[in-house]
Amino acid sequence: MSPSVRLQEMIRVIRGARTQGEERGVIQRECAAIRAQFRQADNGTRSHNLAKLLYVHMLGYPAHFGQMECVRLIASPRYNEKRVGYLGAMMLLDEKQDASLLITNSIKNDLSHSSQYVQSLALCTLGCMGSAEMCRDLAPEIDRLLRASNSYIKKKAALCAVHIVRKVPELGELFTPASRSLLSEKNHGVLHGAVVLITELCERNPDTLEQFRKAVPELVQIMKGLVMSGYSPEHNVAGISDPFLQVRILRLLRILGRNNDTASDAVNDLLAQVATNTDSSKTAGSAVLYETVLTVMDIKSESGLRVLAVNILGRFLLNNDRNIRYISMTSLQKIVQTDHNAVQRHRGTIVDCLKDQDASVKRRALELSLALVSAVNIRSLMKELLLFLSSCPPELRAHTTSGIFNAAERYAPSQRWHIDTILHVLTTAGGDVRDETVPNLIQLITTATELHCYTVHKLYRALVTDISVQSLVQVACWCIGEYGDLLLRGECEETESVQVAEDDVLDALETVLQSHMSSPATRGFALTATMKLSTRITHNVDRIRSIVSIYGSCIDVELQQRAVEYNALFKKYDHMRAAVLERMPVIDKSSPGHTNGESTGGSIKDMEPTKRTQEVVLPQEPANQVCDLLDLLGGSGEPPQPSPALSTTALGPVSSTAGGDLLDLLGGLDVTPVPPSVIVYEKNGVTLKLQTDKQTDTGMTITLTATNSTDRDITSLTLQAAVPKSVQLQMKAPSGDVIPAHGLGQVTQTVLLNNPNKVSLKMRVRVCYTSQDVVCQDTVQIDSFPSPAW
Amino acid sequence: MMRFMLLFSRQGKLRLQKWYTATAERDKKKMVRELMQVVLARKPKMSSFLEWRDLKIVYKRYASLYFCCAVEEQDNELITLEVIHRFVELLDKYFGSVCELDIIFNFEKAYFILDEFLIGGEIQDTSKKSVLKAIEQADLLQEEDESPRSVLEEMGLA
Repeated sequence: MSPSVRLQEMIRVIRGARTQGEERGVIQRECAAIRAQFRQADNGTRSHNLAKLLYVHMLGYPAHFGQMECVRLIASPRYNEKRVGYLGAMMLLDEKQDASLLITNSIKNDLSHSSQYVQSLALCTLGCMGSAEMCRDLAPEIDRLLRASNSYIKKKAALCAVHIVRKVPELGELFTPASRSLLSEKNHGVLHGAVVLITELCERNPDTLEQFRKAVPELVQIMKGLVMSGYSPEHNVAGISDPFLQVRILRLLRILGRNNDTASDAVNDLLAQVATNTDSSKTAGSAVLYETVLTVMDIKSESGLRVLAVNILGRFLLNNDRNIRYISMTSLQKIVQTDHNAVQRHRGTIVDCLKDQDASVKRRALELSLALVSAVNIRSLMKELLLFLSSCPPELRAHTTSGIFNAAERYAPSQRWHIDTILHVLTTAGGDVRDETVPNLIQLITTATELHCYTVHKLYRALVTDISVQSLVQVACWCIGEYGDLLLRGECEETESVQVAEDDVLDALETVLQSHMSSPATRGFALTATMKLSTRITHNVDRIRSIVSIYGSCIDVELQQRAVEYNALFKKYDHMRAAVLERMPVIDKSSPGHTNGESTGGSIKDMEPTKRTQEVVLPQEPANQVCDLLDLLGGSGEPPQPSPALSTTALGPVSSTAGGDLLDLLGGLDVTPVPPSVIVYEKNGVTLKLQTDKQTDTGMTITLTATNSTDRDITSLTLQAAVPKSVQLQMKAPSGDVIPAHGLGQVTQTVLLNNPNKVSLKMRVRVCYTSQDVVCQDTVQIDSFPSPAW
Repeated sequence: MMRFMLLFSRQGKLRLQKWYTATAERDKKKMVRELMQVVLARKPKMSSFLEWRDLKIVYKRYASLYFCCAVEEQDNELITLEVIHRFVELLDKYFGSVCELDIIFNFEKAYFILDEFLIGGEIQDTSKKSVLKAIEQADLLQEEDESPRSVLEEMGLA
């Protein structure tokens, strides 16, 4: 029986195994048999055993014991054994295995073998898994084959050379002369290999690139020949003559023409020709056109040609084939910045692609649409985007909302439009908006003074309809609290007037307070709004008083604290209530990324002990976090979340109230700016920063942060501190004693200082750590502390 | 350049894998598992291209087999689709109406065909005829080598 049937039998048996365990058993038996066979002398079945082993390897089982067998088989004089041996080498030996070096000599011999098929095996293997050393050893052989062999070998040698150049770029110089002459070959395989090789050489070496620019006319000739030639059955694919070669030549021309006027000029005509003559009804033609477009956009082509290229992309957008639509949008995305107007012409088609079935096409269309937004088309484009938002897949919602907000912020034609747009987004996808949305919207509303009445009416109506979207409810509560008087007054120019009674408003707020759907932050908003209304309504103040006192015993500590404070405002400080709860001044937005950058004017003073607010919302500026040691909620440990696409309920209770807390009239309104930090120690890649925070007149909190920029972790880090006699020092436990490498993490340690005698503060810090297995110890003296933030 | 090519069935069984970069065995397994999951989750009407890690994946389903290639950022996805199609045509011509079973039971031949078609992820010859001819010749050479031995074995003179 023919030996390879044994292989097929084994495959059949393995496939017949009904369970994983059975399969494992069969394979173990087979592997044992194979191992035994390997140990025996040559019995003519080696190649088949190796083939069996390779099959087992493909199923995922270990096969390293076959490595030496591969080496032996490659050295065999028989072709069938060599064939399987080389296949095994490519599958089992990669450059990380030591055994791979052992085949270098065999490859060398086989490269000069009399049979071209053996040469081919060696070339293929070297070109697939040759390590840098093997490449260095055998490069001269490859160069020889590039010059003097038949086209069957030349084409393979060219690709082998490509691999060598990728592995050992310096060897590129060796192949440059030979590759130049290969361009005059007629054989398409050799030509293709030559073009790939030249591309690789030019990409890695600017001098070689210069040299090959002289070859541009030759390349243009070859390309013209392909485009204008008649039907060639051997190379024809769907009406295009050798699209593979055409694409490679176009790519090479792109590299040669980049940033070079002469080369670019020389190819302008050719590109126009290819663009007009290529039939794009099938993938092959579209591939060539696509490459042409990429080339046109990348070199210094004339504007007419660029417009032609963009039009091709526009045509692609209308193609039935989804792949081509996807490609076109990817390309348009790349050029939308540089050729904005040209792409604008295709806006309609792009917006239509928002309705495509494929999520990746939708995503591309979304990004393109957002890039195309301008002051001129904002209204119509926004309509489409809002329509898209109502039906878009969940994974794109966050991106869409933030894109819409950005666009609205930059190009809003009017404040009313802006507010309407944001409200629309909140009603449709309020769960997927960034946390900054709430304070941003509030800030926007305060600036639009003429629209307060309209806004509060609209928000009230939204609140009454649906209280599940937290961001919307928060903004609504805030507005009702702030502009409740306008709401109750009834008339409003911008929208139909609706009579709203005080009881209705209080009912709505109470529903929010009691609903299980409301997050703690939202309830905080609602409670504060209720309190604010006490100065804006006339009849139901008692109701408000009772609500506030009920929440004085709420389980949620935040609400309880607020309620108790508001209660105090009613009882002991009633004379101040009107002043405290009066209308807020317009909030200034200091910079993007800051939600409540500045304090809201000094008009409101608080008599209660300062309750600092927590700024956890900002992903970009963690230093803004005020370390509030007195914060009973313990939310101070929360790191800023990097992803903007969090729903507001994801963060702890304190975080989302950043907007609300700013307006929490009895809380601390002064938000501290960034506490300054100083680098006190920098050595061996370890950096120690000191950050101060003054808590009281005599006390100070210092945070020491250690980072590590070396590429190995620093271990056993200890910090010790000493201060002058009258100063009391308390060091809290450090966050850890290992600093991860490459600045990927840090260790922090808090130090509390009490300086009752107000002596001049100095501190000595001893730093001990182990770096690269060496114990290091250093002492630094800190004479001046950065002026603490107040 | 093409980083790797995978062939796998709808059930997630790997039928062929060709790696054109040096990768650790562990990483290969992880990437294959991940990629299979991603591709098998795609619906029939979706585009053949997707982005995965820092690579572009081009895949096409032929009957029960997925042909999946990973190319780099600057590569042309459409021509990669054509490369996949050419490979399928070669297999088809060689096996005569190829099906998944042919590739399972003759996996080493599938590899031989692939190695005659691509080296280092690049096409060797753009002519289908010439690739098939070369494989044919190599197979003949293999048979010549095999038959004398089995005759000797039969005669008990091995």
